[in-house]
Amino acid sequence: MEYINIFVKAVFIENMIFAYFLGMCSYLAISKTVKNAVGLGIAVIFVLAVSVPVCYLLENYVLKAGAMSWLSADFANVDLGFLSFIMYIAIIAAIVQLVEMVVEKFAPALYAALGIFLPLIAVNCSILGGALFMQEREYATLGEATVFAFGSGVGWFIAIVAIAAIREKIRYSNVPAPLKGLGITFIITGLMGIAFMSFMGIEL
Amino acid sequence: MSVETIKPAVQNKGPKEPLFSPGNKKLLKDPLNNSNPITVQVLGICSALAVTVQMKPSIVMALSVVVVTAFSNLAISSIRNIIPDRIRIIVQLVIVAALVILVDQVLKAFFYDVSKQLSVFVGLIITNCIVMGRLEAFAMGNKPWPSFLDGIGNGLGYGLILVVVSAVRELFGSGKLMGFQVVPDFFYKNGYFNNGFTILPPMALIIVGVIIWIQRSKNPKLIESD
Repeated sequence: MEYINIFVKAVFIENMIFAYFLGMCSYLAISKTVKNAVGLGIAVIFVLAVSVPVCYLLENYVLKAGAMSWLSADFANVDLGFLSFIMYIAIIAAIVQLVEMVVEKFAPALYAALGIFLPLIAVNCSILGGALFMQEREYATLGEATVFAFGSGVGWFIAIVAIAAIREKIRYSNVPAPLKGLGITFIITGLMGIAFMSFMGIEL
Repeated sequence: MSVETIKPAVQNKGPKEPLFSPGNKKLLKDPLNNSNPITVQVLGICSALAVTVQMKPSIVMALSVVVVTAFSNLAISSIRNIIPDRIRIIVQLVIVAALVILVDQVLKAFFYDVSKQLSVFVGLIITNCIVMGRLEAFAMGNKPWPSFLDGIGNGLGYGLILVVVSAVRELFGSGKLMGFQVVPDFFYKNGYFNNGFTILPPMALIIVGVIIWIQRSKNPKLIESD
């Protein structure tokens, strides 16, 4: 039950795009066609669901204050928390590399479809954001952190596919010239965010 | 990250170019308007929107970004000739992450409340596209001093949008600026209400959309063809 709650919360209520604006840069740049948006969305789900649990383990067994006490009692006072940014970004960059190689080896079709988006994910704010939110919210178990990461990825996927579908259609509408492209995309995203706010307060 | 970020490198005419030559001044001023990182280059939007509910955190955020962009530009530009091309992203990330850790520790030590308010967004400066974008587009191909100025300029351009958006949101959302009440009590007594809507996250997007609209109507060169 707890898992479903975390999942729904991550997908709808605390949506990465509409509530925290994470990953907006690639969200705006890659949302011109639905096909590319789907590819990037899947890649983001994948990387989030793999890297956040790894960061969770790192946080709880190495970085946190007293986390290293499993090694020996001498380490009980060690707090490496200040290193978390640099460790997380290194892990994310490494996992993106790894994911890229694995996908290339075992799923060449998917690799061809994702193309340039895979390496770009390393600097997608939503991945590091997911890891940092995981740290801040202090999830109790590895399972919860994984479900949260997967849910955030799904939320991001829904958001980018939805905006891509709208942008494909809006090309045929009569938008005021200065608003074309970027401006109208911002305003539509805002309106979608308002729609997503109706999920607020739902508890399962 | 858009294509427009690739600017031609500034021509340095000999070693005796003054520190604030016209070319260098342009580096500082351009990002404030015609090549603003947020509204024109589409960089660094992620954090720009989330921290703009009040002016104080957004000013702190803007200053942090100025520091990080300026010094990471300076550092990368000084070692640009010895970075192997294949691992440059990792090198850039490490330098940026080190600077962000410094900023984060300083904020935690001296502005604890603000640092709590900014929560994860200080850490997210690492993946802020402005920093990486400027490193790739400018610092990798230019001398340290122009790169430093470019970093400051882009940080300020980002900060400008942040401050404008947060001023609008704080003024209409809670009737205050920098935490001080601006809208007089007299208004409230006569039926004026704060527009609670501007405090909510979606409004930040709409305000930025409107800023883009205004900027592009004034400068038709920036209108997208599509």
